[in-house]
Amino acid sequence: MNELTEIISKNESQIMAEWIRSMEKSVQRTDLISKTELEEQCRSILTAVVTGVRVSGPTEIGGAGWNSARDLLREISTSRARQGFSPGEVATFVLSLKQPIFSAIRRELSSSQDKLFDTVWTATEMLDRLALITSDAFMAAREELISRQQQELLELSTPVVKLWDGILALPIIGTLDSARAQVVMESLLQTVVATNSKFAIIDITGVPTVDTLVAQHLLKTITAARLMGAECIISGVRPQIAQTIVHLGINLEDVVTKAKLSDAFALALQRSGRKVVREASAPLSPISGLFTKREE
Amino acid sequence: MERIPVLRMGSLLLITIQVDMHDKLALQLQDDVTQRISDWGSTGVLIDISSLEIVDSFIGRMLANIAAMSRVLGADTVVVGMQPAVAITLVELGMSLPGVRTALSVEAGMELLFGTGAPAQSGWSDEHPQT
Amino acid sequence: MNILRREVMPLKNSSDVVMARQKVRQWSTELRFSLVDQTKLVTAASELARNALDHGKGGQMTIESLVNGVRSGIRLVFEDQGPGIPDIEQALKDGFTSGTGMGLGLGGSKRLVNEFGIESEVGKGTRVTIARWR
Repeated sequence: MNELTEIISKNESQIMAEWIRSMEKSVQRTDLISKTELEEQCRSILTAVVTGVRVSGPTEIGGAGWNSARDLLREISTSRARQGFSPGEVATFVLSLKQPIFSAIRRELSSSQDKLFDTVWTATEMLDRLALITSDAFMAAREELISRQQQELLELSTPVVKLWDGILALPIIGTLDSARAQVVMESLLQTVVATNSKFAIIDITGVPTVDTLVAQHLLKTITAARLMGAECIISGVRPQIAQTIVHLGINLEDVVTKAKLSDAFALALQRSGRKVVREASAPLSPISGLFTKREE
Repeated sequence: MERIPVLRMGSLLLITIQVDMHDKLALQLQDDVTQRISDWGSTGVLIDISSLEIVDSFIGRMLANIAAMSRVLGADTVVVGMQPAVAITLVELGMSLPGVRTALSVEAGMELLFGTGAPAQSGWSDEHPQT
Repeated sequence: MNILRREVMPLKNSSDVVMARQKVRQWSTELRFSLVDQTKLVTAASELARNALDHGKGGQMTIESLVNGVRSGIRLVFEDQGPGIPDIEQALKDGFTSGTGMGLGLGGSKRLVNEFGIESEVGKGTRVTIARWR
């Protein structure tokens, strides 16, 4: 498609100017990137596009001529992801190149309708593909950032708290995926052994959703604890979670569940042969004899 | 021939497995336990596996067998000290050790077997006749 | 993917099974697998080694230490020239929970590892390959 190549080369500076101007009109994010830097980026991209079109043509985006364009777009997209641009803003950056290029095409090919249409079509395909490269790079950068943050969160150890002699509590906050569930399970079981605790209360108040996968993880933890000689109680079951569990047909027959952590604690105390008793405050009262102090 | 020692504490049999058992050793242990229960009239069997780093299906079945056989002979069995990694692996493997009661420690195991009292000395009645 | 080290161990009797277990334990410790991952791999190895011995009438285990980019792993291959497994799918389903005690431990072992492959021909033998990555 020699036409497109020529049109872009011939009109490079005008396309460049219109492109930058169009971005000034839309959201420019001067908070994240300076005008000079933006212009610099536009310039280098346009130059790379011209090279690409000249060397490999507008349709062979994978070709060698497009190498620098692809690398450049990925680089810019990755840094924008890190800077905090939205995916839309990044895509718009590339797609807004369409208007100036189409204007150039119209100026040059106004006499030939067919050629005009074909060239516009080629141009749009080319820019769409470039926009996709940009979006993919953006997504990849975001995912890498998220996975790094997830790793850090995992390492902030899930705390296992000792509520009483032989009674542990494990409050889980956030989504429970496979990786986290493994860490949580190991941590809980190790603490069970280290503290010789027969009861472990797993509180899921902070778990947003329970699906079959999460339920499986919990059940595995409970089974493992039982194999070792400890009992687990699940607490913090919210009404929606209870509904989800029933709808999904998850079998919790063997599992003791309580809505509140305090109920679970009371149960654990009871099962370990303990009782909390209020002490008499007025020892001279004739009824005081009825209150006995039990040893914990 | 090497054997896993079976110790006697009153009516309790105490077994501590500390070696990586090969199959013959495991089968020998099964035999020994049943024999001893029969010889000494034991009513409780406590198997300490806190040193066992691997419990595969064979060892798991051995433990379940010991529990089942002992029950037939009138004794209860408790397995204590299972390591977390072992428990996690058993769950993944799908082994549930049916009929095997477990406890976290030897003390907890003894409590399960005998309540809070110590294992009764066999040949020594709990109630002494008042003379 | 590169194979850094490799060793072949016979599985002719029950002490060989213990040695094989210990070899897997040793290598996975050296590769710094977590304790739980080590336990899973050694347990799977124990199951499959025992299978090769009991059902396969004896065989061998090949242990390889692998590296793939930044990841390191261990691969084990259990081979025997025994009777083979007629219905692999069924064997993978059978577990100890089926109660007969004849569970081949195959299905369970599969869950303990990252990679699992099995080939078997009746009358010729069986070969099970497992791998665990750090």
